[in-house]
Amino acid sequence: MAERSGLSLVDQTKLVTAASELARNALIHGQGGLARLETVTSPNGRGGVRIEFADEGPGIGDIDLALTDGWTSGGGLGLGLSGARRLVDEFELTSKPGSGTSVVVTKWSR
Amino acid sequence: MDVDSSQGRMAAYMRDHQDKVVGRWTELVVTGVRGRISATEIRRELEDLYALVLRTMSGSDEQATGELRAALSELSRSRARNGFSPSETALNMFSLKDAVYELVADAADLVPEYLAFSRMVDDLGLLTFETYAAAREQVIADQALAVMELSTPVIRLWEGIIAVPLVGTLDSARTQLVMETLLEALVASGADHAVLDITGVPTVDTEVAQHLLKTAGAVRLLGAECIISGIRPQVAQTIVSLGIEFGDIATKATLADALAYALGRSGQSIGSSIGSGGGRPSGPPGEA
Amino acid sequence: MPDRVPIIKINKTLFVSIQVDLQDESVMQLQEDLAEELAATGARGVLIDITAVEIVDSFIGRMLTMIGSISRLFDAETVLVGMRPAVAITLTELGLSLRGVRTALNAEKGLELLSGKPLWTEGTDGGAADPVRRRRGAGPPAGTGGGRTKRAFPGRSDQACHRGQ
Repeated sequence: MAERSGLSLVDQTKLVTAASELARNALIHGQGGLARLETVTSPNGRGGVRIEFADEGPGIGDIDLALTDGWTSGGGLGLGLSGARRLVDEFELTSKPGSGTSVVVTKWSR
Repeated sequence: MDVDSSQGRMAAYMRDHQDKVVGRWTELVVTGVRGRISATEIRRELEDLYALVLRTMSGSDEQATGELRAALSELSRSRARNGFSPSETALNMFSLKDAVYELVADAADLVPEYLAFSRMVDDLGLLTFETYAAAREQVIADQALAVMELSTPVIRLWEGIIAVPLVGTLDSARTQLVMETLLEALVASGADHAVLDITGVPTVDTEVAQHLLKTAGAVRLLGAECIISGIRPQVAQTIVSLGIEFGDIATKATLADALAYALGRSGQSIGSSIGSGGGRPSGPPGEA
Repeated sequence: MPDRVPIIKINKTLFVSIQVDLQDESVMQLQEDLAEELAATGARGVLIDITAVEIVDSFIGRMLTMIGSISRLFDAETVLVGMRPAVAITLTELGLSLRGVRTALNAEKGLELLSGKPLWTEGTDGGAADPVRRRRGAGPPAGTGGGRTKRAFPGRSDQACHRGQ
């Protein structure tokens, strides 16, 4: 799907890697969840891929903290969320303690 | 874009006088493009649009609105790519109002409908404008990319040593391109050393330094050594005063210094002997 | 049943070629298997070929760094070879420098690195790798003594295999 929307190889790699980070997050911290993929088109005609990760886990209390490099609530490197953000063009995180987390990332073709 | 069924009467009226209206519309648009597109081609475009407009107005066809907007967007993008001005492009739609007005000027009972029609056309005209603007931005972005690609050549300095002279500002987009080009060149050439020459980079601040460090990091992941050359005296002072550390990345003043350094690192040396016709670099140990 | 990555021992080096993007369990299994092999064989080098790997995320990256640390505990050195440009760029963007693991462009260069030919001083992890190299007598290029002779891998494999240490 990423290929068809015109993403370069590097962009594809970045997107899939970001997806891997987010999926792992949803699995480990969010106790599993759903991922949704879609191709999108920007107003000026560029193609892109959008992925949403939604989990019903405990949610993130301090979003700013979660997005800093090196901070981790698990045993990881703490680069998952912040790293994923750097790899994509658009990054939307919504989370509330007790009501799960949703991360929507988009990568546009150049 | 709301279309009520009262537009149906207007639509019928416009359909009856199609030839006349499209003819007048074409005239108006032709004046606007000043010969850059042939009248025949314009007539064809406008006829297609007219048909879509009528379908939209009669309200019976749900897809019509979408198709109309898509057709207009495409037309708009095409005008943008061909260098027409925003007004000229929007004129396409707005002149339809004039053409229709001339038609219904004497039909007083159609006045309220004309107002609704006029609003619809305004909407479409704005859509044209927005699409145009977006398309122009894309053209500019494409051109910027082309310029960047032209200015990122990879040079093979020596066996196993490649270099990229960077000229101009180093922003994140440029850095991405440099990394991609440089790494591909590393794989293709099997080089052990990559030199980033920043003589042509006017300012080196924290951000630029970060880009350089990122590039060097990526080079290292492919098993090569990164050397930064072209450090000018003022740049050196700025770097130090900003507290930027290049860590274990070798930095040299000139490309020549970097070359000599890389050669030394790979076990070669350039020497010159007086009276024996100049020096020749010896090959790395163990290789023919 | 997750795929188990085969470890091939040739002389004093353990070769690992990762052919697909591995699942988490497979990578963790690889780490275990390598630790066991190192302990059992006393191998001095580990060469991990990731030429075929398209995606390396922070988990895999962490595993690779850990493999490097584990190897060092066994007085062995690890070299990661064949990283794809797209992967390198993504890892850099993620902020993973994989310090603690040496890298080479391909298996040939990786072997040269392991056999003691120092291309340059690798200051990557500020010291942790140094003691290993110094112990191996890596210093001046081959030809100036020491028990190890640098050999390029292709064409010399028969000799290397029968070196019998």
